[in-house]
Amino acid sequence: MRTTTRGARVNTRIQWSLDLVRELTRKELKVRYRNSFLGYVWSVASPAAQAMVYFFAFKVIVRIAVEDYGLFLIAGLFTWQWFANSLTVCTGVFLNNASLIKKVAFPRETLPLASVLNDGLHFALSLPVIAVVAALYGVWPRLSWLYGLPILVCLQFLLILGFGLLVSSVNLFFRDLERLVTILLSIVFYATPIIYRMDMVPERFRTLLFLNPMTPLVVNYQNLLLHGTFQWGMAGLSLAYGLIWLGIGWWVFSRLRWRFAEAL
Amino acid sequence: MSLGEIRVDHVSKAYPQYFKLTAGFKSFLFHLPSALESMRHAHFEALHDISFTVAPGESLGIIGHNGAGKSTMLSLLAGVMLPSEGQVSTSGRIAPVLELGAGFHPDLSGEENVVLNAVILGLTRQEALERLNDIVAFSELGEFIHQPIRTYSSGMLVRLGFSVAIHTSPDILLIDEVLAVGDADFQKKSRERILDLRRHGVSMVLVSHAMETVRAVCDKAIWIEHGRVQAAGSVGEVVDAYECPK
Repeated sequence: MRTTTRGARVNTRIQWSLDLVRELTRKELKVRYRNSFLGYVWSVASPAAQAMVYFFAFKVIVRIAVEDYGLFLIAGLFTWQWFANSLTVCTGVFLNNASLIKKVAFPRETLPLASVLNDGLHFALSLPVIAVVAALYGVWPRLSWLYGLPILVCLQFLLILGFGLLVSSVNLFFRDLERLVTILLSIVFYATPIIYRMDMVPERFRTLLFLNPMTPLVVNYQNLLLHGTFQWGMAGLSLAYGLIWLGIGWWVFSRLRWRFAEAL
Repeated sequence: MSLGEIRVDHVSKAYPQYFKLTAGFKSFLFHLPSALESMRHAHFEALHDISFTVAPGESLGIIGHNGAGKSTMLSLLAGVMLPSEGQVSTSGRIAPVLELGAGFHPDLSGEENVVLNAVILGLTRQEALERLNDIVAFSELGEFIHQPIRTYSSGMLVRLGFSVAIHTSPDILLIDEVLAVGDADFQKKSRERILDLRRHGVSMVLVSHAMETVRAVCDKAIWIEHGRVQAAGSVGEVVDAYECPK
């Protein structure tokens, strides 16, 4: 058993927790931009390059029957990028901060939280780029974007944080998870309607695809950005997935957190 | 409990041995029954039935040979691990003096790292910024504070880490060896600062192999060997016993 009596008042503790998350996120941002000449461009360049490759492969060669395919790809790929990047970074986040975890009793959840926020911020910053691409396709910003996008970003944040807590904690005990996450991400990528449209999927596989928690999010983003329609039902499903995975992630994290220092 | 107090009551710490798991899925799956069995039984007892108290303003030295369990004791005090048995109670803010730049990011400047580290150790950002000048002044880094810390020497890192820790207004300071690094002047200065903090009621736990530091800084000491207390008492008695075992 361990008891710790602290002197600090409750509002100081809350202020401190906020500061801690802010400083850790700020650190991630600084580190990313410190040694990079083009900085922000890189966070957009990677999904944009992917979009061009898929556009060439599927629009030019395969002649896929999806209208505004470039915008369609961008909507899905930018969303996916946040998910994939955060999970990859989160997997190693406790391992990379081993010296702190072994010495200081700060709230461990702030580490995955900060890296999810960092990539989330980059996603938010890339939304104007999506808007520019949309304008090229003759789609102008709509009123529904004003409430739709913030809601989707929040829902996605819940989901990614849940997965982030899960993989970051488990990876300390099963180091192979790092490789497994890489493989799973590439499988789940194709199980998400990013390069194809949901209605192209044979009926019997559609339900299966909706077991993938990224599916309702991506579909919602696509419809919102291409047609300005926000699907509340999809958002409800996303909320359910977000809460479920956050619950699982938090449960696993809180069962393992006292063993972190021992496993490092 | 009053601020700065530490109570360690019949504490034991056994580590489950994770080697089968960290070795990867494959070996775990291939040896599933034996792996599960070993998970249940393979324990390494790092500490056995340790008890001591530290009153506010008191300072305790923990001595012993390598692998005796000193660092495990410090981890339990820092609150990063739970004891398997017994109870560890502390009161107030605990500041560990981190080893060479732990938690520092090499690409960030000394100043940026100071603020980050101070916040991790429990200050709000506002408090960290208010104390920045004092921290930099004490570390004697001068203009280097604006350079990325990958350019720092190990002495400079220790000075900075120590300076951050003592400026977080800790009630309990945990010091693990680090003071042996740094030049003679800084060692003298940090030792004086430690004595000064002690006069102001800060409790300390010092783990060290440098017996003269232990003698100079601590009131009392425990000598741990193979996870058990070999001797405990005033610093003079314990260090004498450690240096010339009968």
